[in-house]
Amino acid sequence: MSNAVSALNGKIAPGEVTISEAGLRGMITLRGDLAFSKLKSICTGLTGVDFPTNGQANCVGEKGLCWMSPDEVLILLPYAEVDAALDTIAKGMKKKHHLAENVSDARALITVEGAFSREVIAKLAPVDLHPEAFQPGDFRRSHIGQVAAAFWMRDADTIEVICFRSVADYAFDLLAMSAKAGPVGLFD
Amino acid sequence: MLTLKCPYCGVDADETDLHAGGEAHLTREGPGASDDAFEDYLFMRENPKGVHFERWRHAYGCGKWFLAARCTTTLQVFGTYPAQTLEPPQDIKDAISAQRPGWSWGNFK
Repeated sequence: MSNAVSALNGKIAPGEVTISEAGLRGMITLRGDLAFSKLKSICTGLTGVDFPTNGQANCVGEKGLCWMSPDEVLILLPYAEVDAALDTIAKGMKKKHHLAENVSDARALITVEGAFSREVIAKLAPVDLHPEAFQPGDFRRSHIGQVAAAFWMRDADTIEVICFRSVADYAFDLLAMSAKAGPVGLFD
Repeated sequence: MLTLKCPYCGVDADETDLHAGGEAHLTREGPGASDDAFEDYLFMRENPKGVHFERWRHAYGCGKWFLAARCTTTLQVFGTYPAQTLEPPQDIKDAISAQRPGWSWGNFK
């Protein structure tokens, strides 16, 4: 089998807020009826986290579940576990209308970590990132600069950003530039 | 800048997150329709100065279509609601009536 590498191969831009490409991460797009209890139990069984409510993401370590739309959930897993997980979904959802697709290699995951990571994103996305409006657990699909991106807070100082692999370079440079420009004091 | 609340995500989506889809509540005339009705469906649109109903898609978000009621002159948004409806829900109509008494749009008032 070919040697899988992530979009930017772990590139890092160190600083007060550090931007780093997170490397390979397994991602499965699962579309279907999110109210279906079997679908929920499969997702929680694969990841060990609670099923997210609207606009939420539950992530622990490399595993997690992100609410993408009323009929779509993103399953985050270690890269090596994706094929087995797809088998589990196919068996569990047999005869039930659904779509599960391995999108690990179609996406890039970038970590924004540091004291003003909130502002690094706030400068780029049309999203209210005030601490009262956006907290760890909240998940938002929007765009940063010119490209589509989704992000959520892992903790108070860390934001994880998902974008398409084809624009990973742009997204990384954009975030690094925003971090280098320093804090604005928006939320002080 | 126009900001609409996506009824599916429940988030305030900026205009740049959205894609405009033209007039809402069109009657889609099919093969059995008269030529006049089909022409109306294809070409004739409301173009009001004031209350208007539009289709929008949360393109950078959940990707779903929804409908919005807003004022074309002031950009005031009266409300948004899911697309699976044939006419504006009563709470939207009430919200408009509170701000623009006596409004009408197509067959709605």
